[in-house]
Amino acid sequence: MISQNLTHRHRVAILFHGFCFMVSWTGVVILGILLFHVTGEGLHWLDLQFLNDFPSRFPEKAGIKSALFGTVWLISLTALISIPLGVGAAIYLEEYAPKNAFTRFIDLNISNLAGVPSIVYGMLGLVIFVRWFNFDRSVLAGSMTMSLLILPIIIIASRESLRGVPNTIRQAAFALGATRWQTIYSHVLPASLPGILTGFILALSRSIGETAPLIMIGALTYVAFVPEGPMDEFAALPIQIFNWASRPQQEFHELAAAGILVLLIVLLLMNSVAVFIRHRLEKKNQ
Amino acid sequence: MMPNVMEKALPKNKEERKISTVLQAKDLTISYNKTVAVNNISISLPERKITAIIGPSGCGKSTLLRSFNRMNDFVPGANLKGQVMYRGTDLYGRDVDPVEVRRKIGMVFQKPNPFPKSIFENVSWGPLINGFRKDIHERVEQSLRRAALWDEVKDRLNNSALTLSGGQQQRLCMARALAMEPEVILMDEPCSALDPVSTAHIEDLMFELKQNHTIIIVTHNMQQASRVSKFTAFFDAGNLIEFGETQNIFTLPQHKRTEDYVTGRFG
Repeated sequence: MISQNLTHRHRVAILFHGFCFMVSWTGVVILGILLFHVTGEGLHWLDLQFLNDFPSRFPEKAGIKSALFGTVWLISLTALISIPLGVGAAIYLEEYAPKNAFTRFIDLNISNLAGVPSIVYGMLGLVIFVRWFNFDRSVLAGSMTMSLLILPIIIIASRESLRGVPNTIRQAAFALGATRWQTIYSHVLPASLPGILTGFILALSRSIGETAPLIMIGALTYVAFVPEGPMDEFAALPIQIFNWASRPQQEFHELAAAGILVLLIVLLLMNSVAVFIRHRLEKKNQ
Repeated sequence: MMPNVMEKALPKNKEERKISTVLQAKDLTISYNKTVAVNNISISLPERKITAIIGPSGCGKSTLLRSFNRMNDFVPGANLKGQVMYRGTDLYGRDVDPVEVRRKIGMVFQKPNPFPKSIFENVSWGPLINGFRKDIHERVEQSLRRAALWDEVKDRLNNSALTLSGGQQQRLCMARALAMEPEVILMDEPCSALDPVSTAHIEDLMFELKQNHTIIIVTHNMQQASRVSKFTAFFDAGNLIEFGETQNIFTLPQHKRTEDYVTGRFG
């Protein structure tokens, strides 16, 4: 009786193992097919000329310089705006704010904001930043809109990470006559930084690929210059890709694929920096 | 700000070293929301002695201990009535900064809780954030020596504190508290997560420390209370049932409840 039961339990265990294996490999395989397809189409367009030239209506002269610089500007500014705001809000909500009905209400709303379609943020950005603030179609307006979009992700990830720091650490610091800020700065933040960095990766990865809000606030699709300041107009990689992909000629489809490759490389570089920092921190904290 | 009491706390010669009170609770009631944890107690804790607080789980002994360095401030819903006097100053007085209180009254917790940093940083952090910069290496060495940990860690001060064993971690926590040179050290069941050898280590250490510090220890272990303490307070259901010399509490308890507890009939 007992052994029969055990066989059954083993069978369930193997089935579940197999299920998990399949699910995870489905993702990898689909991503692999996509990468294979994109690389096959776009790789032969990917050269220095492609990176160094501005868009053109002749595919062989077209390049991605303005979009690449635009995206770098956009992401850098977005990071500068959203990271301090997001981490600050998370620290306040987790370490300072009293736990009452009001903070729970804020909690709920932040979680909801994470699910709002990006086009809605685009409209908000258009009304507030482009029109009211009169930032026009600048990188700054784009970055601020992007920041709104990814703030909920950063706040939620940072809060989870802060919550993961054991309370005994805070108590140990307080018992030594530390103020709340000294406790947070020296112990809570360093211990939660790996998790917070994961939040940055997720958030910035999302913002680098977002197209809808940028179209909404009027980022340009044909730009023959690179932004030199936060108030300049800009193009961005996903918009350039979208533009190329929607043209009828096969060459432009291949250019779009090359653009996707550039986007993926930028994303990969960005994330590997974050992963590297996180790894260093984890090693230090063990 | 509190008056500067440290000079008074360290008498110059032996004659002055008669028993005086360091901490005193007066008509102290502590409750969490509506639940009373410590019920209208008054107790005077003597200087440079080890006082044990014993009693069954949930009797309010940890709550009382944590009221001595205002660690209950972090518990939502905690409410305190009455007074806790530290050398004539009410620790809960209006112009008392709890941060200042915790510099002078240190604490060692139930489970070793070293910072996830190096051994050196664990000890140096307290003095550094409190503005002590000179000779920090000396202060760290001295604190580790007094916690009887120096010889074991002197060659790996930069290793993570988490590489130490549980008993070593708890001694590191003691060194960390000692680095602040507190007058009083509160210990909340400091050996409950340790093996007998590490426990003996900590107890030896307490004997050393009582030369210069007042120690108040909450413990579930009655053998430990009788081994280390000079005075013992027995709590039950938030009430202070009996307080006196440890010897008397264990051999001639005045109350039936105390006798039942120390002889192991309940608890």
